[in-house]
Amino acid sequence: MPSLFDKLWDRHVIATTPGGAAIIAIDRIFLHERTGAAALASLAAAGRNVADPARAFAAMDHIVDTLPGRGDATTMPGGTAFITETRAACAAAGITLFDIGHPDQGIVHVVSPELGLVLPGLTLVAPDSHTCTQGAVGALAWGIGSTEAEHALATGTLRLNRPRTMRVVFDGVLAPGVTPKDMALALIAAHGAAGGQGHAIEFAGSAVTALAMEGRMTLCNMATEFAAFSGFIAPDAVTFEWIKGRRYAPQGALWDAALADWQDLASDADAVFDREIRIDAASIAPMISWGTSPAQSVAIIGGVPAFAGSGSRAAHDKALAYMGLAEGQSLAGLAIDAAFIGSCTNSRLSDLERAAAVIAGRRVAPGVRAIVVPGSSAVKRAAEAQGLDRLFTDAGFEWRESGCSMCFFAGGESFGAGQRVISSTNRNFESRQGPGTRTHIASPETVAASAIAGRICAA
Amino acid sequence: MSTPFTTLTSVAAPLIEDNIDTDIIIPSREMKSTGKTGLAAGLFAGRRYTQGRSENPDFVLNQSAYRAAAILLAGDNFGCGSSREHAVWALAEHGIRAVIAPSFSPIFAGNAVRGGVLPLVLPRATIAALAASEGAISIDLPAQTVTAGARVADFNIDAEAKAMLIGGLDAIDLTLQAADRIADWQRVDRQRRPWVYLGG
Ligand code: SF4
Repeated sequence: MPSLFDKLWDRHVIATTPGGAAIIAIDRIFLHERTGAAALASLAAAGRNVADPARAFAAMDHIVDTLPGRGDATTMPGGTAFITETRAACAAAGITLFDIGHPDQGIVHVVSPELGLVLPGLTLVAPDSHTCTQGAVGALAWGIGSTEAEHALATGTLRLNRPRTMRVVFDGVLAPGVTPKDMALALIAAHGAAGGQGHAIEFAGSAVTALAMEGRMTLCNMATEFAAFSGFIAPDAVTFEWIKGRRYAPQGALWDAALADWQDLASDADAVFDREIRIDAASIAPMISWGTSPAQSVAIIGGVPAFAGSGSRAAHDKALAYMGLAEGQSLAGLAIDAAFIGSCTNSRLSDLERAAAVIAGRRVAPGVRAIVVPGSSAVKRAAEAQGLDRLFTDAGFEWRESGCSMCFFAGGESFGAGQRVISSTNRNFESRQGPGTRTHIASPETVAASAIAGRICAA
Repeated sequence: MSTPFTTLTSVAAPLIEDNIDTDIIIPSREMKSTGKTGLAAGLFAGRRYTQGRSENPDFVLNQSAYRAAAILLAGDNFGCGSSREHAVWALAEHGIRAVIAPSFSPIFAGNAVRGGVLPLVLPRATIAALAASEGAISIDLPAQTVTAGARVADFNIDAEAKAMLIGGLDAIDLTLQAADRIADWQRVDRQRRPWVYLGG
């Protein structure tokens, strides 16, 4: 009867509070420099210790520059303090930090799976909404606030109300050129940016189990854009093969024991969910966002839709005005100013390989600024070993150090106001990539093809 | 420890849009220091100020009727996007103690309770009626009611969030009362899942 979520949850319940919440054991905590220093400083000011520093980790990703030759200085005003204070606070607390220049530095949600820090059956939290990315390995991973991060650090637990459950089933086979990013955008466009609100969502179905590990991460990454509590996928042979041998993964006899334990991590055939959504994978086409919410996305071949009655007319019109678009206007062929490949959604090695295959010897259109930011230092090294850096730079892309970079605007680098940017990131909110910047989100191959064409187009 | 929340009477500023994300509540560029204070000036900065950072008279919190509003009326999925708790800290520092919306992002709602800001869920139509009502509205958290003139609406809130808000309780202190239980659980778990416990 139990679903995968029930199993993950039940394995971690320590106690139930008088208010009906559960005290849930937290197996891994990840911090980053944007909020890490604040959480650790506040904990220290209250005279509290980190309960188990060996299971807490931190990475420099949000504020650190991604320009070549970077150091503690950043383009974000005041940014250096976030970096130096996080470094000092991690050292004081005994927390392993993947610092600037460290071979394992990168975006937390790229680094953690890469190192085998997140494993099937674990609970993992980070003060970052895209923590759900890591549910792809069959873990329960979710984003929290900094005060909750303090709680997790101090007690090794969180107090939590049991979320409702949902299964999103993608049946069938994806058409060639359709990616996990398109699956996520199709889901959110069909059911709204609040469609998964408060639910723990299991992604399942033949089109999901057919995905490689990195694609599963892209899909789970977008669960937060669906307002889900978290997203995750039952671990299978693909997962176990991918994890085996990673630095922090169990080895030898411990691996065998873990593997035996993980076999049970699947929803029972008669598992019951509070909600279920089924989507025909074959019906999904390459997608692109037209508005200022990921729900405002359509197939690239479609035009800007007319107001359809969900949400408010005013919000629809506001998004159109912000994006400089009109109803019915074609998205394919729209001229772009910039193209960005990066972020915890789509910056892993396979993302860069697929984008590179699209570029294959061609050049970025004149006047288009194009940037590639590998998700981790390890991804960067692996890409360079294949010569992808040269392929990108020869095409006219900037090749950066790893980090969040221009996925979001921290006050430093940005695309300018009114600039139309096609981006492999997860959020097309107003001013997300800089004040007034118009962001269209899409898969890395769509971004690459559009950079070459100078206009929005599918790969 | 946050300021305890029992009852609140205030005018309610209407900002009834869906998907007000945390970047609208406080843009990333306004999070200038690593601390939790000094954030009120950045609240809704993208809307509150013009390019030259003078006040935008069209923005609701700049209108004389709503300058001192301690209640905000909003649309669906309030607080979506980035998990930044600064959104709650900025609202609280500005004086907003309650946000009434048809739904909240779960991360925002959790942060709000911890920061002493009540995330209050009411149906869209009730919120529209509150926005149309004259004068102050009153929230009674122990009784779980919102009163505007002669109109009284009940609301639901989970018992844990309610207790934490009313007591201004620190969740860490509460949990540490169960420290022995947590330690016992971990002792057993270490046998069951030794690979979880890094560093032996
Ligand atoms: S890459 Fe973007 S979405 Fe991902 S953690 Fe960094 S800022 Fe957030």
